[in-house]
Amino acid sequence: MSDLLRLEHVDVGFAAEDGRVSAVSDVSLSVSEGEIFGLVGESGCGKTTLAMALMGLLPATAHVAGSVRFQGVELLGLPPEELRRLRGDRISMIFQDPMTSLDPTFPVGEQVAETITAHRDVDKARARERALELLGDVGIPEPDRRFGDAPHRLSGGMRQRVVIATALANEPALVLADEPTTALDVTIQAQVLDLLRELRTRLQTTIVLITHDLGVVAQICDRVGVMYAGQLVEVARVSEIFRSPRHPYTQALLAALPTQHQAPGSLRVIPGRVPNLADPPPGCRFSTRCPYVMDVCANVPPLAHETDEHLIACWLSEATKQAGQPDHAAAGGAA
Amino acid sequence: MSVAVTTSGAAPRTVWRRGILASRKGRWGFGILTGLALVAIFAPLLAPHDPNAIDATRILAPPDLAHPFGSDALGRDVLSRVIFAYRVSLGVAVGSTLLAFLVGVPLGLYAGYHGGWVDTAIMRPIDMVLALPAMLLAVALIAIIGPGSNISALAIAVIYMPILARVVRSSTLVVVSQTYVEAARARGTRSRTIITRHVLPNAIGPAIVQATILMGFALQIEAALSFLGLGAQPPTSSLGVMLADGRDVLTQAPWVEVFPGLAIAITVLAFNFFGDGLRSRLDPTGVTE
Repeated sequence: MSDLLRLEHVDVGFAAEDGRVSAVSDVSLSVSEGEIFGLVGESGCGKTTLAMALMGLLPATAHVAGSVRFQGVELLGLPPEELRRLRGDRISMIFQDPMTSLDPTFPVGEQVAETITAHRDVDKARARERALELLGDVGIPEPDRRFGDAPHRLSGGMRQRVVIATALANEPALVLADEPTTALDVTIQAQVLDLLRELRTRLQTTIVLITHDLGVVAQICDRVGVMYAGQLVEVARVSEIFRSPRHPYTQALLAALPTQHQAPGSLRVIPGRVPNLADPPPGCRFSTRCPYVMDVCANVPPLAHETDEHLIACWLSEATKQAGQPDHAAAGGAA
Repeated sequence: MSVAVTTSGAAPRTVWRRGILASRKGRWGFGILTGLALVAIFAPLLAPHDPNAIDATRILAPPDLAHPFGSDALGRDVLSRVIFAYRVSLGVAVGSTLLAFLVGVPLGLYAGYHGGWVDTAIMRPIDMVLALPAMLLAVALIAIIGPGSNISALAIAVIYMPILARVVRSSTLVVVSQTYVEAARARGTRSRTIITRHVLPNAIGPAIVQATILMGFALQIEAALSFLGLGAQPPTSSLGVMLADGRDVLTQAPWVEVFPGLAIAITVLAFNFFGDGLRSRLDPTGVTE
């Protein structure tokens, strides 16, 4: 499988009153064609910012550096009109809350059709026909009756299906799904995940699934990247992450999952708090909460291959130690 | 419940029935305004006499059956004059507000959508106009261009345009930060399409409410300008001109003054009622409060 998407040393900073907030720091990863890649981490760790950065949808106050190559084309610095042509056509996005991601005054079918007419030179009737087909594909009963409905006439699950139909309208190569199931109740969640999985099988669409829900990751993803406070700390196959997490943050995160045998009121937590990203700790950003913290953690640990498919950025790992000698890393950044 | 949701989701008919006409104020406002609009449109059919016909035998004659509003200092029928003057006044009020709406809404929309320096370039001059006292601005404009009902309509539009632009800008800022606008960008919709299809319909409500209420006050401003001799010029009459005429004979023949005054008061009230009714539906968060 070849790389569809390759991020190299992506940094995203926001200009703020008290200096610069570093939302994403030195993230490198690649996603292969046809895979479902999970990006997990807690709220505010930079998952969504990263997705918005590759769509070119960040506000003007954001500063993005590094390289994002999609199908071999560098996306950062692409002219706005060319980015617009990619968005919704080759790359599309599914948003978290279908209650807010559909225009309340605009018929749902038209929102799907609009995605088609924005990129294809087709007449309205043809776009409508295709939109009806898509609505049917994502499991909306009687699409021709639903086409003209305003979003408030649909249930949450139905709305998310419309959002997914919109994202798939032009058969994109890559779908960024930002917490697509978070706003839905559990049974609808399962239906939506099944739908995504089925679409991957049918259309060979690559999906980057952004979530904080490890249960979702376990159900649907092939590989997973774990982010903490803007840094990518571990990348591995899903089974591997759950069986043998290597990074202390991943370990702590999995240990915090409640189990059936746990006594009520005794949730496990990770001690400490997420660092202030306007003034992050130097080096590893988990070092302020890590039980194994060492002097060397004041240097940024490079993400290194522990095995072919398991990458980790932690000075406890031999791979990381070999990839970046502390002196070298401090002098030249994690190269 | 069969609601016809056609092209733009919030079906107009539903807005009408559930919103505006659901409140008593809204019903009253709508009813009175419909009546008044019919009076203005069918003035020549409704006026019992020629508004400009001078009758020397009826100078300052009090109301009677043939002349329910009495006669003025030249023996002209006050009812007929009020009806025709009302036509001019309402025309100026509606026309000026519409003009302000057509110019102010796109400006506010554009400024709010693009933000940054576009916003600054559009809104700072508008703020400057807003900073000047409205009446002074109108009088100054008329002093430059000359009096007349069209000119006073233009002057009122110049006063109103910044108000409507600001209202639209603020509601646009709210709409632009909504996920569905971001979602529209994420599916590659062109900016032009986003503005007209997704931002405008969601941001226009408060401006419509504001414009409705402003129309009532436009009638007042028109009357004030005409009262000062800056608005409608003879032989055209407007409610303000009639107020000025009536002032001289207020003690002898109050009916010359009272009826045009009542017409103004009722209209302003009706516009306010109607605006309140609209607000409950189009601006539930109260941007225009």
